[in-house]
Formats: sequence, C-alpha cells, structure tokens
Amino acid sequence: MTNIKLLKLLSKNARYTVSELAVMAGMTETEVENDIKELENSGLIRGYKAVIDWESLDNAYVSALIELKVIPQDKYGFEKVAETIMKYSEVESVYLMSGAYDLCVIVKGKTFQEVAMFVAKELATIHEVTSTATHFVLRRYKELDVELVNSENDDRGTYSLC
Amino acid sequence: MLNYSKLMNSTVTEKIKPSGIRKFFDIASNMDGVISLGVGEPDFPTPMHIRRAGIKSLEESRTRYTSNAGLIELRKEICAFLKRKYNLDYSGERETLVTVGGSEGIDCAIRTIVAPGDEVIIPQPSFVCYEPIVRLCGGVPVILDLKAEDEFRLTPKALMSKLTPKTKMIVFPFPCNPTGAVMEKEDLESIASVLRETDVFVLSDEIYSELTYGKKHVSIASIDGMRERTVVINGFSKTYSMTGWRLGYACAPEPVISQMTKIHQFAIMSAPTTSQYAATEALRTGDRDIEQMAEEYDVRRRIMVDGFRKLGMDCFEPKGAFYAFPSIKISGLGSEEFCERLLYSQKVALVPGNAFGESGEGFIRASYCYSSEHIKEALERVGKFLKELKDGM
Ligand SMILES: Cc1ncc(COP(=O)(O)O)c(C=O)c1O
Repeated sequence: MTNIKLLKLLSKNARYTVSELAVMAGMTETEVENDIKELENSGLIRGYKAVIDWESLDNAYVSALIELKVIPQDKYGFEKVAETIMKYSEVESVYLMSGAYDLCVIVKGKTFQEVAMFVAKELATIHEVTSTATHFVLRRYKELDVELVNSENDDRGTYSLC
Repeated sequence: MLNYSKLMNSTVTEKIKPSGIRKFFDIASNMDGVISLGVGEPDFPTPMHIRRAGIKSLEESRTRYTSNAGLIELRKEICAFLKRKYNLDYSGERETLVTVGGSEGIDCAIRTIVAPGDEVIIPQPSFVCYEPIVRLCGGVPVILDLKAEDEFRLTPKALMSKLTPKTKMIVFPFPCNPTGAVMEKEDLESIASVLRETDVFVLSDEIYSELTYGKKHVSIASIDGMRERTVVINGFSKTYSMTGWRLGYACAPEPVISQMTKIHQFAIMSAPTTSQYAATEALRTGDRDIEQMAEEYDVRRRIMVDGFRKLGMDCFEPKGAFYAFPSIKISGLGSEEFCERLLYSQKVALVPGNAFGESGEGFIRASYCYSSEHIKEALERVGKFLKELKDGM
C-alpha cells in the first residue's frame, strides 16, 4: 500500500533524515528506507528540490505564465503539443486547463526580454497554437506552500494558566 | 488606607491562591534566547476562512448582542458537530449554551450545581481552574490523584474511594491537560457503572476532544445513563486554534442548561458576537482544518516522546491534547527545581508538573504547540542540562 504518511512528510521537508522520518511516522528505519525506495522506483516521488526565494537575489530570473490556445489534433488532442513544449529547458511547468484557454505554460528566463522572445519565437510559432497571452510574475508571495513574505512570528503570551 | 484584605471576600483573598507558575514565566519572558515548551495554546493561526467569516460579520454590521444562549444557527451547528463526531444528541434550542470560552462554561456549570459544603471530586494532575471555582462556591474540592501506572486514567476503584454522601460532582478532565491521558470507551463504561448508582453530576471538560491520536474521542455523555447527569464542556480554542476569540459551549439536559443560562445572562449577557459568526463557519466547513492540525500535532508528539525517551526520561505516551508529561526521576530533582535550573542553565522554559496539583510532582509538562525544529532544539538543550547534572554529581 502506498505510504501516504511518508509522502506528506517528505512534501513538507524532503531533507528529513530516515531516522527522523521513522520517529515522525511511527515506523522503523528499515521500513522507511524500503518505502522510500519503492516510492522512488514506482515514480510517485519524482525528485527533491529546495524552495528558493530567488527574489532576494537581484536579477536572479524572471518568470511568466503563458496562456496558450491550441487546436487539438486528431487522435492526440493536446498531448503532442504539450509534449513538444515541455521539452524546452526554459519551460518550468505545463498544464492542460479547463476554461478560457488550453495550455498553461510557466516559462523562466534571465530577463523579461528573453522570456518574451522565447514566447514569440518558440511557442507562438507552433502550428497548432492559435494565440498566446503572456503574464509576467512581478512578485512571489508563496511558493510550494512556503510563505516568502511576512512569516508570522510567535506572539503568544503565557496567559493560558499554564 | 483601607484595609483591603479585611474588607474583601476572604474566600477570594485567602483561599484562592494565585497561579504559581506566573512568576516563573515572567522571569523566562525577560530572559534573552529562551526557548519555551511552556505555552498551552496552539501555534497555528486561526484558519483564514474562519477569520474571514468574522470579518464579514463585522462588515455586515453584526455588532449587537446575540440571544443570551448564543446565535441559534451556531447552537444548531454545535449540536450537528457533537452528533457527527461523538454521537451525542442535544437540542440547540434547549440544551446548548454558548459561552466565553470553555472557561466560562466550566464556571457556570460549577456555580449552577455546587452549593456550600458540597464535595467535588477533582482528578489531578489537571487544568488549574476547577479547584478555585469550586472554592468560590463554598464547595469542598476532593482531590483524586491520577497515577502514571494507570496511564493517568481514572479508575473505578479510585473513584469509589472518594465518593461520599456529600459528593455533588466529579470533574472529568479528558483528554487531559497536562498528562495527555484519554479515557477509552471501556474505561468510561466502568466509571459509568459506578456513577449510575449515584446522584453525582459529571462536569466533562472535553476541550481537547478533537486532538486525540489513534482512537477517536468518546464522550462520557454517550455512555448509557450518563447523558442525564453530565454537563459537556467544549469550545473552539484548541479545536480550531481560536483561543483569542474566547468562545466555547456547554451542553446538558434542559433543567441544567436553563439555570446555567440564567447565570450567563446576568454575568455575561451574550458571548462575543463576531466570534459566534466565525465559529459557525468553523463548524460548517472546518473539519479539514482540524484534520490537518491534528496530523501535524501527531508528528510533533512522536518527535517529543521519542526525544524524551532517548534522553533516558520515562515518558508515558500521551494519546490526546498537545502535551507530553515525562518523569524527571533520573534528574533527582523536584519539579520546580528542575524547571528553574533548566531555565537558568539552558534557557528552556517548561512547566513543573506540580503546577497541576501535588500529584504532578516528579513530572514536567512539555507542550508540542511548537514547530518540530523548535521541539528538537529544546530537547537538545534538555539533554545538555541532564548531562550537566550527571557530570556535576
Ligand atoms: C483542560 C482545559 N479546559 C479548558 C480550557 C479553557 O479554554 P478556553 O476557555 O479557551 O475554551 C483550557 C485551556 O487551556 C484547558 O486546557
């Protein structure tokens, strides 16, 4: 059975050690090791990354959300187009969307200019893509569950009669 | 100058002792670099949608008193919650009172039931408010010591040893602050079989009912023959991280609730209106919040218990609330001395077990309303302190 407990813990902090995970999940260290191996092998866990506040570094990179309208292809629907787009190293995420447009593509680059050029030259020119709308990210407040601004500090007093 | 202590009620001035722990925490909060496991209050902020419901009520000018017993839609949601969670059947119209925190519910219930000379059995270690309020009513607190070897549960034998013809009420403090003890269904059945033969009321303080780890909470009012003699106290402080909203409730048979409502009406008028709107939202759509918070507490609980045990301290596994209650026997110190020396040496603030009654001596209370990292850091310092003690011996 899939170990949801481990997945939840790792999604909070992928750097927990095996012994920490064992305590937190109420398992033995061997069980934790085996389950993690299984989760990795089965492809449920695809990778481990740090959540970085790049904005605190000047000019680290910019990113944009691109709305794409796409003509679905016979047989393939949106799959082929999505698979083509995801191969670009500039593309961080690709989602098929419900609603006003079809594909949502998150693109990152060194400058606004670079991202805009990428959209114009690479995405807009794909045959099935009928339109693009580029929305630049101006500021990040929360990333992957982590608040990047004004994290709340502990203002509890000791008034609870111990 | 007036001789104030002579002019005021001597029950208050002499019989009710100030909370002993306050002084200790004042010292701690004036020291730099102190890391605390002392606070008995959730660290999570109130979930955003609940806060928004409070804000919305203000924007819509819901700024008046509510009915004395509380908004009827809130009382109905409370009853629906108690039904779906603990299979309790109460009427929102006639058997529910919305109070200023569980605290006021406890106060109203004791004042409604206890008359001068009545004995009230108070199992300890437990929360500190029961005894002073009983004294205020002229009641006689009868302390029942809960034992580590019973996992701090109440046993029928201990109960019977304290029952007298004067016993009016027993306080039922489970899940328990500070021990984390819970009473399971079988435990409750055996207590019920003793109480059913008596006219004793049960004041069941279930404020931590949603924070249990493993089995779901069972209310003593759901046991055969107990509903008619039980006042259930619960609230929003711990369940939804709403301590500052000051909202709780009491449920009991109509003859009791109507008398409690009388006291509440004269003393309070009605519980805070904004909070009542927020709480209605909490009960309607907050099950998921409870689940998430309880899951996080459970992880921290494991870290803490494991941490104390690795330091060589005996630590009973808490099954509810958000406290661990390890024994400090290996230190050779008393609870207060342990906490004081730990504070000065390693700057960790913990609560001495005897703050919750004499039977808490030899233990400390550590709250896990803190992040895992914070808990680990504090445990590391406790380890250093124990090593210092050992090396110094
Ligand atoms: C056992 C117990 N009962 C009641 C309360 C009072 O809670 P409130 O008045 O915030 O509902 C507390 C608070 O710490 C508690 O620990």
